[in-house]
Amino acid sequence: MNIRRLVNAESAAVDSGRRSFLKLSAGASAGLMLGVSFSGSSASAQNAVADTALEMNAFVSISPDNIVKVLIKHLEMGQGVYTGLATCVAEELDADWKQVVCEHAPANTQKYANLLMGQQGTGGSTAMANSFMQMRQAGAAAKAMLVAAAADQWQVPAKDIKVSDGMVSHGNRSATFGELALAAAQQPAPDASSLTLKNPNEFKLIGQDNTLRKDVGKHNGTAIYTQDVKLPGMLTAVVAHSPRFGGKVKSFDASAALARRGVQHVFEIDSGVAVLATDYWSATKGRELLTIEWDDSAAETRSSNDILLQYRGLVDTAGAVAESHGNADHTLSRSSDVTELVFEYPYLAHAQMEPMNCVAQVNGDTAEMWYGCQSATGDQAAIANLLGTDINNVRINTVFAGGGFGRRANPASDYVLEAVRIARHVQGTPVKLVWSREDDMQAGYYRPAYVHKIAASLDDAGNPSAIHIRIAGQSIMAGTSMAALMVSNGIDNTSVEGLTEFAYDVPERQVELHSPEIGVPVQWWRSVGHTHTAFSKEVFIDALARKAGADPVAYRLGLLTNNPRETAVLKLAAEKAEWGTKELPEGWGRGVAVHTSFGSTVAEIVDVSVQGNTFKVERVVAAIDCGIAVNPSIVRAQVESAIAYGLSAALADEVTLTDGNVDQTNFHTYRVLRMNAMPEVETHIVASNNAPSGVGEPGTPPIAPAVANALAAITGRTFTRLPLKLA
Amino acid sequence: MAFLLTINGETHELDVEGDMPLLWVVRDHLNLTGTKFGCGLAQCGACTMHIDGVAARTCVLTVADSVGKNITTIEGLQSPQAMAVQQAWVQLQVPQCGYCQSGQVMSATALLEKNGNPTDADIDAAMSGNICRCGTYPRIKAGIKMAAAQFTNAAGAV
Ligand code: FES
Ligand code: FES
Repeated sequence: MNIRRLVNAESAAVDSGRRSFLKLSAGASAGLMLGVSFSGSSASAQNAVADTALEMNAFVSISPDNIVKVLIKHLEMGQGVYTGLATCVAEELDADWKQVVCEHAPANTQKYANLLMGQQGTGGSTAMANSFMQMRQAGAAAKAMLVAAAADQWQVPAKDIKVSDGMVSHGNRSATFGELALAAAQQPAPDASSLTLKNPNEFKLIGQDNTLRKDVGKHNGTAIYTQDVKLPGMLTAVVAHSPRFGGKVKSFDASAALARRGVQHVFEIDSGVAVLATDYWSATKGRELLTIEWDDSAAETRSSNDILLQYRGLVDTAGAVAESHGNADHTLSRSSDVTELVFEYPYLAHAQMEPMNCVAQVNGDTAEMWYGCQSATGDQAAIANLLGTDINNVRINTVFAGGGFGRRANPASDYVLEAVRIARHVQGTPVKLVWSREDDMQAGYYRPAYVHKIAASLDDAGNPSAIHIRIAGQSIMAGTSMAALMVSNGIDNTSVEGLTEFAYDVPERQVELHSPEIGVPVQWWRSVGHTHTAFSKEVFIDALARKAGADPVAYRLGLLTNNPRETAVLKLAAEKAEWGTKELPEGWGRGVAVHTSFGSTVAEIVDVSVQGNTFKVERVVAAIDCGIAVNPSIVRAQVESAIAYGLSAALADEVTLTDGNVDQTNFHTYRVLRMNAMPEVETHIVASNNAPSGVGEPGTPPIAPAVANALAAITGRTFTRLPLKLA
Repeated sequence: MAFLLTINGETHELDVEGDMPLLWVVRDHLNLTGTKFGCGLAQCGACTMHIDGVAARTCVLTVADSVGKNITTIEGLQSPQAMAVQQAWVQLQVPQCGYCQSGQVMSATALLEKNGNPTDADIDAAMSGNICRCGTYPRIKAGIKMAAAQFTNAAGAV
């Protein structure tokens, strides 16, 4: 079978079309390197590789100096995708981990699509899930070519040749990968069906902690982010945006700005007024000198309190039915024992550490881009569409991203198109668009605000017999290119996921949804719908357990008899945390939550100490089942990270609007988690031979409800609003 | 206006406006991009450099006020404490996205140069001005302790 066709068939990824001629793969990376001032040794080492590497397939190149370069089709934004994907390649290639380097693949949907999305992009915690087999096959294919080359050279049968730790050998003959690279690259690409992959018990790298991260240079400042890209003649752009969402420029006066030293251009674009200068500081000083009159006739002018008030009204009325089993309404109306809770969730900003930015250069109908690109296919199409050109005229060079948490995969390509619009105005000049923290925090694309109302009737044993759930909040997917995929019959799955397919055994269930249109742009935020649905589910179940006078873990286990995976993960966390047996200090309480998202299950047990009206999360014990943990250290790191991110929202994060103006501007008003509030985290990984599932997001949903449940254990109160406040 | 700055032991003459923060002088005019921009308001620590040996937020320190100071950026780190911190960072795989980590390394190094054996409370106090949205705090703490372990005898007395 032609292996190239298999790429679309969700399998191998070996580009056989390339094998018949030798190809120096410098072209794939030269764009990135061009004119960019790399001072770091790590970056220049990769540059050297790019110049001599011989392509084995779309993902693997080997240079004569014995460096294996793995092209990474996903954005490295901290989740460890360089290391994870390279581990899969190196495992099947039997490379020495020390000889492996990574580089971002260019935007090329044909070669580098996310096999679960059908387009090139990173998100939904799918990077490993969709790449695990593909990367292993790419490694195995490259190994087969090395072996075939050695068999030719040594005139021995390929099957007698051994490969181990980066050496190819037969009897007393041996060669490095580098020595065989030239001959190997001339070998025909092997048929995917001829490749035998290792059994898990043969893994040397997968599942081990001995694969140090490959996104190097982050400890010494040499790693390159968008913020660091420098091109000859480049200008820095800032944009004065409308203070309100949907506002437009009515008029502006640029004379004072243009008089500021360093300012070169001021002009209007769709999203505001752009100021271009020789450096960032001059651009921002120029922006301060602008006088702009805004046209707010189409702007959102409501306050977030008005919006929540509307939602509270909506959850009292019937919505579109997302899921229905039995007749929950009927059962509830006849029950004498109903528990009802209303939950409220604010808008949340991603507040990734690197404010949004993007480098663009436009020449007529061609564009070249440098940034932490998370949606290669979507951005490439949007840029091509804006310029009225073919996608092949849009070249995207991907660099490290300083965090993302969902923000960089913008369905409208908002910040990317803003950069292109500016660059189009100054043809041929490279432009670095830089958002200040204030720009970033006030630009919207927030996790939507929601209100949930949940009611359940209880049977004689105190278990829920029917549950009715209503959710009100903006649809993330409506109006985006993914609406066709994610919205059906008025139900945006990301608004209800986590409450539909209810994890606990409740015979009758109804889930309804209201998706009002509001002028505040919204977007996915680490773990998407589960950011709110898991909180409601786990706080509600805990409230039922308290009402029944039951132990929260035992009560859950009683409702999870048909859910062996959540049962196992919950039991592991409880055992490791010594649930029910460990003595806690005076004033401490414990809470638990378990949730499944992105194919993985996570349980978290937290200890909280309360003093007066303040509390501190002291310790978290987490258990995760994510299938095979390709790199356990990174799995633990992601669980720690997901907990920190979710805890930040549990404790303090909140975007509010007053008359349409965002109240928060920077980290003094959007108060994210700092080291002094970070608990100890202990993560336990369930041993598994199942294919890897998500790791970046699933640790986030359980933390906020676990904290709320711990506070409930101490205070006896049920906490239904985020961020959590004791008073 | 021209300013003379001493950065990583070298003297640079810069002709910029006096209100320009040191961060932007270093990033945009000296092309040392290891130091990052995160907030511009002394809130996040991404821009941390050592000014006369003390960790400082350079997004709010003007070039005019930087004259005559001994300025060290991440590119100029040389002390044994800095080397130990960076080694621990690699070994414990502290960085995730890494964007905050130049600042974290600068703050951790400044802490260890003054206090070779910091307690958890010392670490919290020295490091809570450095935000990490990836939540690498537990590993930062472990990294500082690992680095400190090298100095409990010799340099710990510094
Ligand atoms: S950029 Fe200076 S403290 Fe944030
Ligand atoms: S490592 Fe990403 S912000 Fe710290």
